[in-house]
Amino acid sequence: MNLTLKIWRQKSAKDKGKIIDYAIGDVSPDMSFLEMLDVLNQDLIEKGEEPVAFDHDCREGICGSCSMFVNGQAHGPDSMVTVCQLHMRSFNDGDTIYIEPWRATAFPVIKDLIVDRSAFDRIQQAGGFISVNTSGNTQDANSIPIEKENADNAFDAATCIGCGACVASCKNSSAMLFVSAKVSQFALLPQGQVEATDRVMNMVKQMDDEGFGNCTNTGACEVECPKGISLENIARMNREYLSASFKG
Amino acid sequence: MSGILNSSIGRKFAMALSALFLMVFLLQHFAINILSVFSPDTFNDASHFMGTFWAVQYLLQPVLIFGVIFHFLMGFVLELKNNKARRVSYAKSNGGANSSWMSRNMLLTGLVVLAFMVLHFIDFWIPEINIKYIQGDMSGLMDPNVAESGFRYYEELVHKFQNPLRVGAYVLSFVLLSLHLLHGFNSAFQSVGANNKYTKGLKGFSKVYAIGIPLGFVFIALFHHFNH
Repeated sequence: MNLTLKIWRQKSAKDKGKIIDYAIGDVSPDMSFLEMLDVLNQDLIEKGEEPVAFDHDCREGICGSCSMFVNGQAHGPDSMVTVCQLHMRSFNDGDTIYIEPWRATAFPVIKDLIVDRSAFDRIQQAGGFISVNTSGNTQDANSIPIEKENADNAFDAATCIGCGACVASCKNSSAMLFVSAKVSQFALLPQGQVEATDRVMNMVKQMDDEGFGNCTNTGACEVECPKGISLENIARMNREYLSASFKG
Repeated sequence: MSGILNSSIGRKFAMALSALFLMVFLLQHFAINILSVFSPDTFNDASHFMGTFWAVQYLLQPVLIFGVIFHFLMGFVLELKNNKARRVSYAKSNGGANSSWMSRNMLLTGLVVLAFMVLHFIDFWIPEINIKYIQGDMSGLMDPNVAESGFRYYEELVHKFQNPLRVGAYVLSFVLLSLHLLHGFNSAFQSVGANNKYTKGLKGFSKVYAIGIPLGFVFIALFHHFNH
């Protein structure tokens, strides 16, 4: 396959950045998207040019590092995948492919396609945990009966990998799908009840302070989420937040 | 509870509550207007009741005006905040792949509805306020000095819909209102935290409401335009 890549290049956080065109040939349909970028970078290095900086770690679809907006969609045209699981067979010979970093004020570009997603870390630190003494007194998890539906929904929420595709896809750069998944995974379990009020209040406050936008329920986040996190989590977070607000 | 409007979820909650209130009002407005098609006398009686009953005039009407203003102002506040959340746009964005046109263009459809409301207020509400509260005529009669002259509401309605430009503007506005409601109805329930086993049924009902009510208003406008 021969492709034209239109890639966002930005030397540093302060650089203005722009789209640069690259022609790449002999791309195998069996390559992953990141492997295709590896080939491009090898070519650039051999030419003495600066390779395209992009984030990656596991290349198994679970690290959530590869923050790329491919052809106008988070992680490209395939559903329920990250960019490492996106294969070149999803494109056609002669295609032009736009590759951009996540766009959100709360996710500033560090370099090229790498964005700073530490805003998510700070939201987690604000309440995405339970305070448990684990120094040798840990109870068996199954000692507390949990309704099957709640256990399943909590597990589904916990599959969020914090990749930021929800923020990238949302026209408002809202982080509510991410935050709601982190709130839900505890709100559905007895262990999460003790700190439930503070958790949702603090996490939502941190989310707002980071500069994420408001949810307008377009549902784009749910469609683009590589882990299929449901909008039901946002409704649950809304309930948790409103209930916590009235409690004071 | 304090400062709930300072949070993103609180603002959405307030936006949703005002939307739910306005949707109930719209249904009530339609229920009275459709009477004009079937029974001008009943329409006149209902209009006179709504226009003179103290609870409607001095309690519900101010709440309605507040609800309308709040909904629009909050819509702009949310839009401004959302624009700040993404200062650099994508070179290529394929929003159609993951969301509906209606959901992405609530501001546009809302602005058309706002423009329509200005026209609607000039057409009906301001003259009504003028007659009742400035001229002091609370009789609702075509000629306040002649008891047999009959109520004026039906005649005024028919008269307004004689102008094809006005009818065209109304029809266009109701199409945009329908698009606004097609997203807004379900969105309001999601914002207040209602996403459960009833959501699927609610989505079906929302389509009936979002298409049916504006279509009904279009029918009323066209009916009076072509039948008088």
